[in-house]
Amino acid sequence: MDRTDMEKTLENRDLMARFSFAARFGLPRTIIAGFVLLLFIMAPFVGADLTMQIGNVINRFSWNAVLVLAMVPMIHSGCSLNFGIPLGILAGLLGGTLSIQLGCTGVSSFFVAILLATPFALLAGGGYGWLLNKIKGGEMMIATYVGLSAIAFMCMMWLLLPYTEPTMVWGLSGEGLRTTISLSGFYDKALANFLAIPIDPENGLYFPTGTILFFALLALGVWAFFRSKTGTAMTAVGSNPLFAKAAGINVDRMRLLSVIMSTWLGAVGILVYQQGFGFMQLYMAPNNMTLPTVSAILIGGAAVNKASIPNVIIGTILYQSIVTLTPTVVTAMIHMDISEVVRMIISNGMILYALTRKMEGSR
Amino acid sequence: MENNNAPLLEMRNIKKDFFGNQVLTDINLTLRSGEVLGLVGENGAGKSTLMKILFGMDVIRETGGYEGEVLIDGQVVKFSDPFDALAAGIGMVHQEFSLIPGFTAAENILLNREPTKKSIVSEVFGPRLNTLDYKEIAERSAKAIDKMGVKISGDMVINDMPVGHKQFTEIARELSKENLKLLILDEPTAVLTEKEAEALLQSIRNMAAHGISVIFITHRLQEILSVCDKVVIMRDGYVVKESPAKELDVPEITRWMVGRDVASAAAAEARELPDARAIMSIRKLWVDMPGEVVRDVDLDIKEGEILGIGGLAGQGKLGIPNGIMGLYEAGGTVEFDGKPIPLNSPRECLSASLAFVSEDRRGVGLLLDESLEWNVAFSAMQIQDKFLKKYLGGLFSWRDERAIRAVTNKYIDELQIKCTGSKQKAKELSGGNQQKVCLAKAFALEPRFLFVSEPTRGIDVGAKALVLEALKRFNREYGVTVVVISSELEELRQTCDRIAIVSGGKIAGILPASESSEAFGALMVSQVI
Repeated sequence: MDRTDMEKTLENRDLMARFSFAARFGLPRTIIAGFVLLLFIMAPFVGADLTMQIGNVINRFSWNAVLVLAMVPMIHSGCSLNFGIPLGILAGLLGGTLSIQLGCTGVSSFFVAILLATPFALLAGGGYGWLLNKIKGGEMMIATYVGLSAIAFMCMMWLLLPYTEPTMVWGLSGEGLRTTISLSGFYDKALANFLAIPIDPENGLYFPTGTILFFALLALGVWAFFRSKTGTAMTAVGSNPLFAKAAGINVDRMRLLSVIMSTWLGAVGILVYQQGFGFMQLYMAPNNMTLPTVSAILIGGAAVNKASIPNVIIGTILYQSIVTLTPTVVTAMIHMDISEVVRMIISNGMILYALTRKMEGSR
Repeated sequence: MENNNAPLLEMRNIKKDFFGNQVLTDINLTLRSGEVLGLVGENGAGKSTLMKILFGMDVIRETGGYEGEVLIDGQVVKFSDPFDALAAGIGMVHQEFSLIPGFTAAENILLNREPTKKSIVSEVFGPRLNTLDYKEIAERSAKAIDKMGVKISGDMVINDMPVGHKQFTEIARELSKENLKLLILDEPTAVLTEKEAEALLQSIRNMAAHGISVIFITHRLQEILSVCDKVVIMRDGYVVKESPAKELDVPEITRWMVGRDVASAAAAEARELPDARAIMSIRKLWVDMPGEVVRDVDLDIKEGEILGIGGLAGQGKLGIPNGIMGLYEAGGTVEFDGKPIPLNSPRECLSASLAFVSEDRRGVGLLLDESLEWNVAFSAMQIQDKFLKKYLGGLFSWRDERAIRAVTNKYIDELQIKCTGSKQKAKELSGGNQQKVCLAKAFALEPRFLFVSEPTRGIDVGAKALVLEALKRFNREYGVTVVVISSELEELRQTCDRIAIVSGGKIAGILPASESSEAFGALMVSQVI
């Protein structure tokens, strides 16, 4: 029995108790949750329809959750935040456009799109992972540039690839894809309509049961994976690569696998987003998905090397609540549209916060 | 009040502890001007800490300061940072070079203290725009180099210099300071060839002749005897011997350095295993581990024994297990149980029923951010598919949380790991308990052969005994062959059957643990490079 050990343990406990709430829930998450709560409380007073607002939040959550889930494998393996998610998104876009080009319609076009996106995602993820293994320690910066250059490259490809389907190509020239493609008739609401529960049918507001179930399925898959032997190894690689190496784990292969998983989830994520949104956006649009997705998981309480499914769910709900509520509530209050500003401050501020202190994740 | 009889430096009753771990106890030291004092002791004896106190290093103040007094010229001083020490005329040359590679020797010597010339621009914009007076720089650096009595061109760029010249440049930088009274040299000869070292010793004599006092720390005991006036030997934070160099010889210094009680019955338990076959044969092993290079090791390890590997820091003893277990690049042949072990592949080693407890607990040994359960069970799960539960007829398997908790609790009890429970994070434990978790990790693999590297580094006495006892028990009860690598000879003698001493990246000799401390000490310094 040595005294110092006891004292240290006691000290630790003391420390934990003192910061119990903020420490358990995470300071930024506490602040943002408080802000969201405030917005919800104020919404009725400024004349916003609360049911409508909540319905919107649920819908937006269902669109974005899979994209946020795509952050998890890479964070687990220590590849840090997936700023290269545009790569997965582009694979998803290729799958989507090809599915339409091949003449698929309705719900089946959604699943064909996932199927077609898969090889692209695996290939792109493989190359991306190989690159990230070469530049350990600088993942986030390189990932950002990988995303940007992939987007630039595909900007050219969208014009050059020989797509012919009339709903997708520019009307006049008949070649090159449009910037925005309507998905009605294809996989618009492919998941959302499954077992949809009406909330406010007059305004077209439904509870997207199918989408939520689909997300739950994927989240369950990811959760199950991280309980397996390989998943455990992947987490250990992220937690301490040297430890993993000494335990005989092939660190590079685990990282590669995680990047491929993240990229594939990104591809599926954008297709889920599109089926909810109803439109496919090409060219520079994938770039707009990166920061919101990264900051959503950080708001959810993830750290740069620790993330869990609850982080994904809480983060997506909080982030999307801010996005939907600030325009209505704040604009009504001060008669000025500052929603975009708030969104920018939260997205960028959250990421900056996470990067300045490689803190421990909260559960 | 000026007191001409006061020694240049006096340290009185210096005490220092790091978080309750006493590292220096009642150190008294005096040094007159022009004297050369040799400071020797095993690793961890407290030499560096003492010098850090003298030099006012931040780490001392950050860990709660020290007790006792330091007097310079009869005046009590308290340095709050190295700049104070420099101002008081103390210079220190560290083991690692701090030179700017692309600059010349002269520029490095007078870095940030360059003599400057005024120009029209600086008259207008202030002294920061003075130009450098290269002529003066050359002259002053030449003067400093002369003090050492060696020949180095001040125009030579550091990049192009042999190691010895770099070391001289470092010393010249200290010597160029006008008010230098005391120079601390921390293992300056460690990186030098014999000839360069001899030149350095000569320069130390020259400095002393110029009235500069020198504190000289080295593991090469011959150098101490040839250059020092006085030798101070430290062990476990005490000064155990202080005597004029003339009255000592190498064996005597060695005995003072390592031997607690030379006749102690510590090695009583050492067994001889004449019939045991060699379970591991190492031939021509080299390992490229920075700071612990192994050059050419041949070693046979007997089945069922506890073999100790000792030696001074930097001689390569740590490189042996790290190389065999595939953590650093290695070459040569290693045979285990008649089968060759592929090097540079941790997985193959672990699969062959070898295990390793790393000396780098926090870096390699533990998942600091994860629970004890993960730490204990992880390797066994990954290598041997233990603690996994199959579902749907083996279609997929999950961690068997219950089995993991059971095994963790078993080792928490067995090794008396102090924690709030098996779910506590590894980083929240103290050093000693972390070490026990590392052992539990290795035990959970149920290996036939175990490397344990520096098992007691940085842990307190109580935990030390427990860890060593656990290793012994593991060896005796399960017949596991254990190789303990440690800097602390005494600890090896208490635990091991035989002890191999590594010196200069080679095995200098293997002796039974019952052999005298002097014999081990002599081996330790036999091939030091």
